[in-house]
Amino acid sequence: MTSGWTWYVIAITVINLIGCVWLLRANTRRSPTDPKPDETGHVWDGNITEYNKPLPKWWINLFYITIVFSVGYLLWFGVGTFRGFGHWSSHKEWALETAAEDARLDDTLKLYAGKPIDMLAKDPQAVALGRNIFINRCAACHGSTGHGATGFPDLTDDIWHWGGTPHRILETIQEGRQAVMPAWATTLTAQGGPTAVDDTIAYVLSLSKPAQARDEASERGEKLFQTICVACHGPQGKGNQVVGAPDLTDSYWLYGSSKASLHKTLNEGRQGVMPAWKPVLGDTRTRLVGAYVWTLSPHTDGPPAGAVVAE
Amino acid sequence: MSQTHAKLEKNIGLMGILVAVAVSFGGLAEIVPLMFQAETIKPLPGIKPYPALELAGRDVYIREGCYNCHSQMVRTLRFETERYGHYSLAGESVYDHPFQWGSKRTGPDLARVGLRGYSDDWHRAHLHNPRDVVPESNMPGYPWLADNKLDGNEVATHMRALKRIGDPYSEEDIAGAAKAVEGKTELDAVVAYLQALGTHVSQADMQAAEGAE
Repeated sequence: MTSGWTWYVIAITVINLIGCVWLLRANTRRSPTDPKPDETGHVWDGNITEYNKPLPKWWINLFYITIVFSVGYLLWFGVGTFRGFGHWSSHKEWALETAAEDARLDDTLKLYAGKPIDMLAKDPQAVALGRNIFINRCAACHGSTGHGATGFPDLTDDIWHWGGTPHRILETIQEGRQAVMPAWATTLTAQGGPTAVDDTIAYVLSLSKPAQARDEASERGEKLFQTICVACHGPQGKGNQVVGAPDLTDSYWLYGSSKASLHKTLNEGRQGVMPAWKPVLGDTRTRLVGAYVWTLSPHTDGPPAGAVVAE
Repeated sequence: MSQTHAKLEKNIGLMGILVAVAVSFGGLAEIVPLMFQAETIKPLPGIKPYPALELAGRDVYIREGCYNCHSQMVRTLRFETERYGHYSLAGESVYDHPFQWGSKRTGPDLARVGLRGYSDDWHRAHLHNPRDVVPESNMPGYPWLADNKLDGNEVATHMRALKRIGDPYSEEDIAGAAKAVEGKTELDAVVAYLQALGTHVSQADMQAAEGAE
């Protein structure tokens, strides 16, 4: 703010204050030319006339006190570019509070620093803290109960696209993941003709229903699968946790098991993103979240036989 | 004294004018200097006029009334900066016409939503029907955004209008606007706008700007 505006603000403020004092004084003092209370010609309720009751002293004095207070307030907190004798600023107050709270936070977090998540998961306090962070940061995609949504993995089952070991889970949280399912439709069609995409879908769907008899389409799809998809999803379709390729033989479908969804997957690819949280939350808090996530999963089965497991 | 006051009491027009003067003191001191001061605020490093697609997204954001539930200003309070990131600075909103600061938060503040790590896919799913990803959400769905195509000429016209009030768009920016939004939907635009919110200024630049204030 320029000094011109400062003086403008100060002038208005001072005029305003002087105006308040003047108004108060003018209305609480009788001038000699004012009529006397019994000369006005108005009487209400038998004994009320103009001027026969002065404003109460306590009320007038409270008013003066507010004016004195406002002068003190302006001197302390400033007016215009004058910063005030208190040197208060919202930035400074924020910095002080943040420093104090961060120190408290450090005290809390240092108990958990550097510990593996499966160990932290045994500490109810750590899990409670992790849950709070999860609700604030992770629930938008994975849901407040960790059940996920279409396109966002369920964390309460035993299926881990990127690996379910404590180390891999923590790595996923801290460094993030970028899934890269390419759009294969063009390549598939070039190799297997116009029905190639449907054939591949038929085969992929048959993987999770081994009891059902395979039709011709899925037989054709298998050939395509074994030349293209095999690179990441493996010869048995069991997936590869190193690159985040899902197991296609289980009943869990990240993007849904409808043919329409699978068509979209093959036509456009899928690029699921898990953001890297270490830069945002720091090391210890990602470990606490990891501990909470660890408690969500039953950890009953190992990884599927034939899968490439990341350690 | 009593005579002048009698004059005032018996002349309602004069009293009205003086009442207006009395109540305008606060505004004269608090609002008027800011109107002129706003022009002297320098954009922070990294803050540029919105690119065509983001500008179109911003228009959709305003049209759909997102500001009714979402503010775009992180206050200087610790619990806010902990959740949303660095508090907002004036130099970040230089090219916001009108600004979207707001004070009503039914949903969260969005000033730095681009830093929250949501993927484009998440935003698409969420804007289509928020409950598909956040079952507890009470935000309405905006499924029509995916169906509406952007009008490149409209975006260019808007950029020209903004240039007239001082935003430094170049002629190339305006000429390229139609191409930049070609084939894009309103959903693409809103997602681009949201993903860019708060990402333009680095933490270091904000701290430096604050020191200079």
